[in-house]
Amino acid sequence: MKLIFERGGEGHRSDFLPENAFPAVSFEERFQREDKPALPEVNEVEIAQHYTQLAKQAFGVSNGMYPLGSCTMKYNPKVNEEAASLKGFTEIHPLQPAKTMQGVAEMYATLEKYLLAITGMDHVTFQPAAGAHGEFTGLQLIQAYHRDRGDEKRTKIIVPDSAHGTNPASATMCGYQIVNVPSNEKGGVDIALLKEAVGEDTAGLMLTNPNTLGIFDENIEEITAIVHEAGGLCYYDGANLNAVMGIARPGDMGFDVMHMNLHKTFSTPHGGGGPGSGPVACKDFLKEFLPGRQVVCEEKGYSFARPEKTIGSVTAFDGNALVVLRALAYVLTLGKEGIPQAAENAVLNANYMRVGLQDVMDVPYEGPCMHEFVASAKTIKKETGVAALDIAKGMIDCDMHPPTIYFPLIVDEAMMFEPTETESKASIDRAVEAIRGICKKAYEDPEELHGAPHHAPIGRPDEVTAARHPVVRFEVKEEE
Amino acid sequence: MGDYIVNTAREQQQMCQAIGVEKPSDLFNGLPEDVRLSGPLDLPAGKSEAEVLSLIEDMADKNQIFRTCFRGAGAYRHYIPAIVRNVTAKDEFKTAYTPYQPEMSQGILQSIFEYQTMICEMTGMDVSNASLYDGASAAAEAVMMCRDRKRKTIYVSESVNPRMREVIMTYATAAGAKVETVAMGKDNTTDLESLSALLAEDKEAACFLLQQPNYFGRLEEPAVAEKIVHEAGAKFIMACDPISLAVLKSPGAYGADAAVGEGQPLGLPLGAGGPYIGFLAAKQDMMRKLPGRIVGETTDHDGNRAYVLTLQAREQHIRREKASSNVCSNEALCALTASVYMAAMGADGMAQVANMSVSAAHALRDALVAAGMEDVTGGEFFNEFVTESKVPAKEIEQACMKEGILSGLPVGDDRMLWCATEVNTPAEVERVAGIVKKLMEGGAA
Repeated sequence: MKLIFERGGEGHRSDFLPENAFPAVSFEERFQREDKPALPEVNEVEIAQHYTQLAKQAFGVSNGMYPLGSCTMKYNPKVNEEAASLKGFTEIHPLQPAKTMQGVAEMYATLEKYLLAITGMDHVTFQPAAGAHGEFTGLQLIQAYHRDRGDEKRTKIIVPDSAHGTNPASATMCGYQIVNVPSNEKGGVDIALLKEAVGEDTAGLMLTNPNTLGIFDENIEEITAIVHEAGGLCYYDGANLNAVMGIARPGDMGFDVMHMNLHKTFSTPHGGGGPGSGPVACKDFLKEFLPGRQVVCEEKGYSFARPEKTIGSVTAFDGNALVVLRALAYVLTLGKEGIPQAAENAVLNANYMRVGLQDVMDVPYEGPCMHEFVASAKTIKKETGVAALDIAKGMIDCDMHPPTIYFPLIVDEAMMFEPTETESKASIDRAVEAIRGICKKAYEDPEELHGAPHHAPIGRPDEVTAARHPVVRFEVKEEE
Repeated sequence: MGDYIVNTAREQQQMCQAIGVEKPSDLFNGLPEDVRLSGPLDLPAGKSEAEVLSLIEDMADKNQIFRTCFRGAGAYRHYIPAIVRNVTAKDEFKTAYTPYQPEMSQGILQSIFEYQTMICEMTGMDVSNASLYDGASAAAEAVMMCRDRKRKTIYVSESVNPRMREVIMTYATAAGAKVETVAMGKDNTTDLESLSALLAEDKEAACFLLQQPNYFGRLEEPAVAEKIVHEAGAKFIMACDPISLAVLKSPGAYGADAAVGEGQPLGLPLGAGGPYIGFLAAKQDMMRKLPGRIVGETTDHDGNRAYVLTLQAREQHIRREKASSNVCSNEALCALTASVYMAAMGADGMAQVANMSVSAAHALRDALVAAGMEDVTGGEFFNEFVTESKVPAKEIEQACMKEGILSGLPVGDDRMLWCATEVNTPAEVERVAGIVKKLMEGGAA
């Protein structure tokens, strides 16, 4: 594929603007740019063709099965897109007077109310732009709470070894030290080790429930109680909320603060990596520390107010409004029956896929699982040399996206499947059949899998060279 | 009403049978009774697509769309060519995840590689990441990236957008990092003598952030700042409006170590504040400290050109608590938007946008001054400037609002920060000046 810089040619361009109707103004020479940036020289026709060709080499949820564990790649409803393209939202300046953005305020207030019903929390901020950003924000609420009480000795955050990598990374950004707690044989938090880990220096615990093994921790109430008794707070990583929405609520499990990934649980598209939205919900006693401004509902309408002891702001404005709007359309569509039904079907699909694979792959933690399950290629690798990576690449040849691999870190040759509720039985059947075929192939012709994929636009890329000798931009002026 | 579940009750039953449970809800039997919701969710019943859209249209109607906008302050209305939305609406881009599997994600990886190249070209830097949440958080990541064991203090000019400054302060407070504000002079530019004095006394200075053009639209003197900062052994970071870089000297040309900014002007709608995109680019020597995703070029086993996520040893999923940042999701689709915009406009088109914006802003300034306002910007400005008037800013804002005009932003009781771009017309300038004139003369608006 040609790069866009390699298309077009000198003088190729399109005109989108009229002539300047105002007198020209120029700056003193020392401010002026001397070199012209070497942007592509292409006509609109060439742009349309270029990106249509690039799109052929991309794979989204609308292309097919996407069982990427912990990413909740569910269908992105089209009505959400239509809502997010309304000029009454797209043309609104974030710094308009409150009375001219009542619809925006209503959007935030309405989704806040719904998310509180789903999570069992008391307040929401929509400022964080992604899940990890939400973690960072939520941890700052915990930090502000302790600091406000003059409790400066709480320097540690407890994170189970099955946690998402963002958890420890976010805690580090808040200056916390990480205490890793190993999982027990059932995949849950080891209660005895947790009791040893907590103390006067515990700021809080970060937990995903169900965790990254797809297991709902049966001791959840005891876990949050242990942390609370030690004076710490409990953070719920909402990445896996899709499993339990409408069934169980983090607020009822003893969590004090959490984030949601609107781009996972609430169906907004991932866009090839973003934008997301990572609203943070908290209990009442943390409200005064929330970032940005909160929507206030009064008789005369909505207004905005900054919490008294706010931690500040984590983005410039109120949040990724157009993503929030999509999520609102989703919750309005599903409503009180649809939300738990989505969770039930997500769990049903995951279990159905699990039983379809458990006799050809290792499934180290017994079911039933929640919305995802972790299989392992450990035995296959030992017996054939075919690793999780090879199986994943084999799946690409079957025209489906592979699962998350080599995560969680505590399972060897991990393959983490999350089919989501929007896959049909037929597509799961097809996927299971294809993966079973690949596992069989591992014993018959391992070499073929080592070389997979065979039918993709490229074969396996050389990632080692890419990292050792990074080429991270096109050298536009190469020919001169 | 809708739930996007394909499977019928019968199919669900067949699946239950295969699993060995009676009904789907049995799969939740392992959950402790105490934490299970006992009743239905406190939500309205699900609605049809037609009802949902109608409800949201009602909300949209409660927002006032200003046909005429003279407000910027970090978010700008520019013309967006139709091709931009057409490309980014493609499901293959929109509904994909982060490109973890390069063999089936070349389209996305290549588009990010192209974005990185364009950002490097605009900023004069060597390496760009694949995007961050917005300009303010990108600036926070940039200043935090410059800290190490020996150099800890972050210096930020008072003339930097206050929202960006607040986000920097928030990130720094969380990490226990010290931020010093470098004062601004009466001419609304950074007091570089004060910067020089501060840095001379601080062996732990990590970096200095300067915005060009600054929050008040003023052109700073980056060449002077660069010398001061580098002589003190600290890093020099510039925050820029990407449109301005088509005509103004780039951070790279000034010798800056990193460039950041809000990428929203590159084809993204105002959107009530997001999603936007933060760009962050740096010189080669800072490459391995950059936060976020980076795409690199390599080859596959047949020697074909290929693109992959690279330098992942910096990232949270590999390094966990030792990562350079916690960034996982970014703003990839907004990066694609920015790329298509930059490709569509080209260097000449972007210069045209910049020049037209500058022209419109200066004409607006002249018209407002003629209407009786005072220009207190303090010197050369880009497409934003500050006025002072005896009529309270809020009053002017109100009067404009009634006429369907979003005025400059009140930045004090009697001061306003105005902005114009290529979408503003002489007729609009005339209209707003007319409103202001009436107020200044004490007449009713």
